[in-house]
Amino acid sequence: MSAHHGANPLRDAADRRLPRIAGPSGLVIFGVTGDLSRKKLMPAVYDLANRGLLPPGFSLVGFARRDWEDEDFAQVVHDAVKEHSRTAFREEVWQQLSQGMRFVQGTFDDDQAFDTLKSTIQDLDKSQGTGGNFAFYLSVPPKFFPKVVQQLKKHGLADQREGSWRRAVIEKPFGHDLKSAQELNAVVHEVFPPHEVFRIDHYLGKETVQNILALRFANTLFEPIWNRSYVDHVQITMAEDIGIGGRAGYYDGIGAARDVIQNHLLQLLALTAMEEPASFDADALVAEKTKVLGAVRLPKDLAAHTVRGQYAAGWQGGEKAVGYLEEDGIDPKSKTDTFAAVKLEIENRRWAGVPFYLRTGKRLGRRVTEIAVVFQRAPHSPFDHTATEELGQNALVIRVQPDEGVTLRFGSKVPGTSMEVRDVSMDFQYGESFTESSPEAYERLILDVLLGDANLFPRTEEVELSWKILDPVETYWDKHGKPAQYESGTWGPVEADEMLARDGRSWRRP
Amino acid sequence: MKIDLTETTSSKINKALVQGRRAIGSPAIGMVLTLVVVTDEENAYDALRAASDASREHPSRLLVVVKRPSRSPRDRANARLDAEVRVGEDAGIGETVVLRLYGEVIDHAQSVVLPLLLADAPVVVWWPVNAPANPAKDPLGSLAQRRVTDSYATEGPVEELRKRAAVYTPGDTDLAWSRITPWRSMLAAALDQVTCDVTSVEVEGEEENPSCELLAMWLAERLGVPVRRAVSKGPGLTAVRMETTCGPVSIDRANGSLATLSIEGQPDRAVALNRRDTAELIAEELRRLDPDETYAATLHFGVDRLHESDGEGAGGAKGAEPAAKKAPAKKAAAK
Repeated sequence: MSAHHGANPLRDAADRRLPRIAGPSGLVIFGVTGDLSRKKLMPAVYDLANRGLLPPGFSLVGFARRDWEDEDFAQVVHDAVKEHSRTAFREEVWQQLSQGMRFVQGTFDDDQAFDTLKSTIQDLDKSQGTGGNFAFYLSVPPKFFPKVVQQLKKHGLADQREGSWRRAVIEKPFGHDLKSAQELNAVVHEVFPPHEVFRIDHYLGKETVQNILALRFANTLFEPIWNRSYVDHVQITMAEDIGIGGRAGYYDGIGAARDVIQNHLLQLLALTAMEEPASFDADALVAEKTKVLGAVRLPKDLAAHTVRGQYAAGWQGGEKAVGYLEEDGIDPKSKTDTFAAVKLEIENRRWAGVPFYLRTGKRLGRRVTEIAVVFQRAPHSPFDHTATEELGQNALVIRVQPDEGVTLRFGSKVPGTSMEVRDVSMDFQYGESFTESSPEAYERLILDVLLGDANLFPRTEEVELSWKILDPVETYWDKHGKPAQYESGTWGPVEADEMLARDGRSWRRP
Repeated sequence: MKIDLTETTSSKINKALVQGRRAIGSPAIGMVLTLVVVTDEENAYDALRAASDASREHPSRLLVVVKRPSRSPRDRANARLDAEVRVGEDAGIGETVVLRLYGEVIDHAQSVVLPLLLADAPVVVWWPVNAPANPAKDPLGSLAQRRVTDSYATEGPVEELRKRAAVYTPGDTDLAWSRITPWRSMLAAALDQVTCDVTSVEVEGEEENPSCELLAMWLAERLGVPVRRAVSKGPGLTAVRMETTCGPVSIDRANGSLATLSIEGQPDRAVALNRRDTAELIAEELRRLDPDETYAATLHFGVDRLHESDGEGAGGAKGAEPAAKKAPAKKAAAK
């Protein structure tokens, strides 16, 4: 008897050594000369190949304005890989990969270039066996999205034939408010069906973020206390120590809240607060995430419970830093926020009355992203006041980056003859218990795109719900006041501290 | 840091571990498993190095059990345990204890190892050479969830496969099997690219290399078609050629690193198939600690059905009972 059609007889779910390897496919990158492409995408593709996760014949097509030949492109990828890849450079892997590299020169309104792209893809199907399966990675500013997807449609590049797929990969920002997000979705969905559109939120590709689900739903220890009966409040912080660098053009007018809270922080909130999904597939996950995002409510008094700031000149980690308004290319009267903090409530049985404080900012104390679930104080303490003076609230902190891990903070007796209880922490560090170098987020996400696994990609509904949460805040900010100034290298404006002090709480120093 | 202990006991070694950890200022430990390496002095160095490299991926407590041969009856009567405790810089990630056993205690190695196992963490035993005839029944092997042997490092690899099949217990595994994961992965990927039925296979590689037999057995077991084992000069595996209903599909690797994938009707493609070092193999072994059912099924397919084949033997038997594919694994589990 011989093997059946369709199912590959060499594949078996019980065979766990065989990696999840992508089927025959190729990746087309628009804006291939950009920073993201060189620093993240190309190295990620190489690392995947090096780990044996790409199919033989995998093809990488670059599309950009530069006047390059295939060889020039291959050289650029080669250099990018050598400089930025996570795994060691191996000649034989490079040889395998370089066979499928092509470059198409052109601009986005150049019909001829898209014809060339089409014939390049057809040629790769023949010469590399990519089987008509291509993902188009739009690593370009969002204003070009409509043009590129229209061109893809016009030249029949988005047409899927029976048994093959065409996918679109887009990067944030997914619009700058609900309306623009809906327009963008309409443009993309007109050409690609919703389930073939992959929105990259690289935070979701991080091991630590995926671990939130493992921590919550694979253990019995945490779930019973993961609710309003035990949790006092939750703080989600994403702090950067750098300024806007050379991204003035992109950043001004967008600001921290749109750049970070709308996507990364609300996704972290959703994963932290959602109910247990029925299964671990994309639909079940999105159902729970949209449910919880739909239950998020803004406080009534936005003046008292939201804060925005702008970094002023100061010293950051021993280096002198200029203020936002003095940065090159920034309007000195700009009202763009480089720091944003909001208080959110979730109206459901699990979380009613538990505030979620989200904050993000540039030029803060240090680069850190963490989720801190802060628990209520013990209702009664048999110890006298002096014994527990130094005891804080118990907290579970998920450190997303850097120094990935989980910390549990609780009280412990200080050795000695008197009774004195002080905070100590129990620490789990990824680097200590698991592989020294976990895969880069982009490796995981690119592989998932090629496999068609949409678990780690926010869906349209999530994006739109997030804008619904943020839009009123932005509208309020537009009409009232201006960003508070904070010295670079500190943890944000005093207004942010006052915002928590009003609730009788304070920010953690991460 | 290194602490040398002569004529010692497990409890003194445990004290030394705590002392070492305190000295380097990291009393908390996040090690995920205990890896016991049982070896002779000759292979200890290489094995230790491979295991420490693997510990970068799987932080572990590494116990290297070196059995020192006794040269006289007096030596044999004299039991002695020496230990070298390494923590921090000297131990990769985690902790290492090299245990040297002399005299009678050689036969009671488990009494030394048992107190040194990490609490509540899985135990893996690896015999780089001289694996016991029945690893699961071995006093050290019975402490472990996972028992790693290497049929490549034996006098008669093919005979070794027969023996391993006879005593297979869930949790047994063989580095000769880990070595072919990239091949298996590439062959599966090659078949992803065609929609044809495989009709026969030839596996070519150096003589006395059990990885070739294992790959052939795996293909025969999975595909249910005749698989022929051909001999070449190596290195290692050199080619797998599959005949399919739409022409040949083959992977050729003449130089041990870069292979060529040929599929009828498609141009040849280069694929990276590097031979991996022992550290990578051990790291792969430690990634999953549950029984490897695919290995069990492959081993139980039987090396003899392969060699008698040349065609009908394997294919005929297999073809008669396609539904019985899972049977060998189940039988193994029931043992």
